[in-house]
Amino acid sequence: MHTKSIAELGAGLRAGEFSSVELTRAFLDRIERYEADLNSFITLAPEHALTGAAKADAMIRRGEAAPLAGIPIAHKDIFCTNGLKTSCGSKMLDSFIAPYDATVVSRLDEAGAVMLGKTNMDEFAMGSSNETSYYGVVHNPWDRRLVPGGSSGGSAAAVAARLCTAATGTDTGGSIRQPAALCGITGLKPTYGRVSRYGMIAFASSLDQGGVLCRSAADAAVMLQAIAGFDPRDSTSAQEPVPDYSEPLHESLAGLRIGLPKEYFNEGLDGEVARSIELAIDEYRRLGAEVVDVSLPNSGLSVATYYVVAPAECSSNLSRFDGVRFGYRCQAPADLEDLYKRSRSEGFGAEVKRRILIGTYALSAGYYDAYYLKAQQIRHLISDDFRRAFERVDVIMGPTSPTTAFAIGEKADDPVTMYLSDIYTIAANLAGLPGISIPVRQAAGKPVGLQIIGNYFQEAKLLNVAHRLQQESDWHLAVPAGY
Amino acid sequence: MSLERSDVENIAHLARLAVNESELDAVAGDLSTILELVAQMNSADTSGVIPMAHPLHMAQRLRPDEVSEIDERAHFQSIAPATEDGLYLVPRVVE
Amino acid sequence: MQWETVIGLEIHAQLATRSKIFSGASTAFGAEPNTQACAIDLGLPGVLPVLNREAVVMAVRFSAAIGADLERRSVFARKNYFYPDLPKGYQISQFELPIVGRGSVDILLDDGEMRSVGVTRAHLEEDAGKSLHEDFHGLTGIDLNRAGTPLLEIVSEPDMRSAKEAVAYARKIHQIVRYIGICDGNMQEGSFRVDANVSIRPLGGELGTRAELKNINSFRFLERAINFEVERQIDVLESGGKVVQETRLYDPDRDETRSMRSKEEANDYRYFPDPDLLPVELDDAFIDAALTGMPELPDARRARFCEAYALSQSDAAQLTASRELADYYEAAVQEAGDARLAATWIMGELAGALNRGGLDIGQSPISAVLLGGLLRRIADNTISGKIAKQVFETMWSEGGAADAIIQNRGLRQITDAGAIAGIVDAVVQANPSQVEAYRQADEKKQAKMLGFFVGQVMQASKGKANPTQVNELLRRKLNA
Repeated sequence: MHTKSIAELGAGLRAGEFSSVELTRAFLDRIERYEADLNSFITLAPEHALTGAAKADAMIRRGEAAPLAGIPIAHKDIFCTNGLKTSCGSKMLDSFIAPYDATVVSRLDEAGAVMLGKTNMDEFAMGSSNETSYYGVVHNPWDRRLVPGGSSGGSAAAVAARLCTAATGTDTGGSIRQPAALCGITGLKPTYGRVSRYGMIAFASSLDQGGVLCRSAADAAVMLQAIAGFDPRDSTSAQEPVPDYSEPLHESLAGLRIGLPKEYFNEGLDGEVARSIELAIDEYRRLGAEVVDVSLPNSGLSVATYYVVAPAECSSNLSRFDGVRFGYRCQAPADLEDLYKRSRSEGFGAEVKRRILIGTYALSAGYYDAYYLKAQQIRHLISDDFRRAFERVDVIMGPTSPTTAFAIGEKADDPVTMYLSDIYTIAANLAGLPGISIPVRQAAGKPVGLQIIGNYFQEAKLLNVAHRLQQESDWHLAVPAGY
Repeated sequence: MSLERSDVENIAHLARLAVNESELDAVAGDLSTILELVAQMNSADTSGVIPMAHPLHMAQRLRPDEVSEIDERAHFQSIAPATEDGLYLVPRVVE
Repeated sequence: MQWETVIGLEIHAQLATRSKIFSGASTAFGAEPNTQACAIDLGLPGVLPVLNREAVVMAVRFSAAIGADLERRSVFARKNYFYPDLPKGYQISQFELPIVGRGSVDILLDDGEMRSVGVTRAHLEEDAGKSLHEDFHGLTGIDLNRAGTPLLEIVSEPDMRSAKEAVAYARKIHQIVRYIGICDGNMQEGSFRVDANVSIRPLGGELGTRAELKNINSFRFLERAINFEVERQIDVLESGGKVVQETRLYDPDRDETRSMRSKEEANDYRYFPDPDLLPVELDDAFIDAALTGMPELPDARRARFCEAYALSQSDAAQLTASRELADYYEAAVQEAGDARLAATWIMGELAGALNRGGLDIGQSPISAVLLGGLLRRIADNTISGKIAKQVFETMWSEGGAADAIIQNRGLRQITDAGAIAGIVDAVVQANPSQVEAYRQADEKKQAKMLGFFVGQVMQASKGKANPTQVNELLRRKLNA
């Protein structure tokens, strides 16, 4: 059952071949069997899941099945879940039982999805390897010695190991696409504003966007359909109508114009990864697409720009974690300053503190113009690069990550090297554009992701382009050995 | 751009993070390395470029002036570290 | 050395919205602690702000009221600092691009002169919660009910030169925000808070270092706090010291200002545009709608009162002090048909009674229409002014309309010349010696002595005889 697509599972449920309770139990069994190897969940919610599954079964029997009725999924532990621990991968929130549901969570609930638990992640989504989690590293199901990528590493590993059908994630600089690439699954980061940020614990508000990690583009279309759309609780939520994402999946790609930015095929790109990407591009040519060279001249500055904008916003967003109203509070504070400083220093991990400090510095008196304002200006240049490119092409393609999954511990002590693993994904966040990563031919047994970036609100096009490749190839069907 | 120990002390205090005397050099080094990466920005000519604070060109939406929230104090304070008589407690604030 | 005082005010006016500026929690005053602090006000992880339309409408109205440059595009920024009453660790405010730009108001000085005071800007922001220092085992309690209440911070130019001018300006802003209905102006409850930036300099010299005075909750204390602070600064400078830039709290019990040591560190607020909010963009349609129903402003109303009701500047100013009072006056005039009479009575009898009862005009037991009804009976000679005071007392304590009271108690004035002449005759006959003395006296003396006879007639008529007719008839009779 665990290898079936959402559509197949939905059909099976509606046909009465199996119940959601059975399906949910099957996934819970798999979690029990494999989770010790992976550490992909922070919190499991079996009772919650089985209650939800029973409810979904009743709905299905009444014939009023919502699109995801009875389908077991997982949420990244950054989304608030009412009554359930929401840790954001941090000691700071180890005791935090969220008192409300994120919009993404309530929409998936309404769509009938069954939540199995909350997945592991880099602390406050700050990381590219899932090594900054307070709850320990997540192992890549393709090779336990490797990282799953991050920050949505738990979601990626769980979906790749078929411990759930799909999972939610968030992407601030590549945190959906990069782990999807490293774990060999499909990860979609929608346009900024497409999915509500309400209840999604903020890292960098102008970059964060919720999305999905799935086994295929077709599954991603169903998941996105459930969570996309305007939310009055989020001022940055777009009022753009939500199209049907599944219907155009099969559209022909004849005449599709694909742009290859020369900056994404530079010396930093692993040769094997490059060959896998080229192979996939060749496949698109066969499907009738036209491939043209484009340039994103400022994309080389995206990592530098990101490491000003994201830390600046995070330094402010994380000020609310002060030990007063919720979360970790130090023992016996001597005075107010001690309460703040010890609660925050003991509650936050090293990478989070590093980014808070950098962001505080970038915003501080005398440095604002040189750092924050400058970064906002370059952000404009990067955005303009894309605007010009999209005047000539429909989608932009390139590698999601410059390398395949690296070894646990390999980059953990070298923040800047770690930061550069997001070099191809960050620009889309700075511009607010949608992007998807899909598995292509593996390199030495390790997954490789092809990144497809679309114009604003062109998620349907991205899913269509991704789906057609998945119709013509079986790269996305590969399951890690032993799972 | 490299940071001095005193810079680290200053920003750590602004951010209410405790950085021990013994960690100052290491943190200053770490942050300086990141600032070197960030310094790549200086290669871009941004004169006359309008800063982009936001990816979408939208205006703020306005909410009708309606009371939509109910009292959830008990619920919210059940996750608070220290409360009494409905108040959140903190070490004495001196004014 | 002659010193000149330089004062600028920062006024925080709580906007009279039903819900908070970024959340749907109630702004009602006086609720149990933290029962009006919702997830957004508490800054729970993951929550987001959405701007209250009414707060923007109110800022637009204020902008129009002070003739300011309304900014079509304004931006919310985060002001970052840690304090227990500030749940998010930042206050959402406006920094570089406030909604209200430069404007000005005119203040009327004691010498009758008008002076213009510049308003630098006014911006929208959220209020903080409250720290309660009563002893919780040596801890401080935090109530976040007030957190997120909308504020309009109104920043003046350093245009004021005395405590009196500062008070006149603060009163003017207070009057305006209440006129246009954006703030209840309650200083005790903290809905209208005034901070004063005070410095002194040698007359015509360079600006001195300023101190910011806080914790001022009445106009009286504003005047006292500034006066104390000016004296303090003069003492410091004249004894060779230096004024330190600092925040000082006014202590009304000791009538002094003192340094707030806890805020000594230099603040670095790290302002940046709030990424959770988008620029506020106002178009003509929004502005027109916001200004619909905008009332006549105090200055215009005062000028109109002078003109239309032939009132003096100071009477007109007094009667337009609040919108309620001005409305009351106009309603009374309409009923009474005599603007001067209404002015005299409202500023005299009514104001006195309200004052004694500790009431404001909105709480007057006599409505404007009822008072106007009483005044109409003075104007049409149904009763004398003296009788009217009796009727007023009855209306005040027992209620009811003037006509009914006059009717029931038979207070109607006697205007029948024959009837009055009869009383006059009787009085003259009853007082032969006084009549004799009167007739002997010169004109000047006679005028004084007439009062005795008038008194006698009025007494005999129980105050109901028309005094003008009484005078006339008496003079004729005595001089005959």
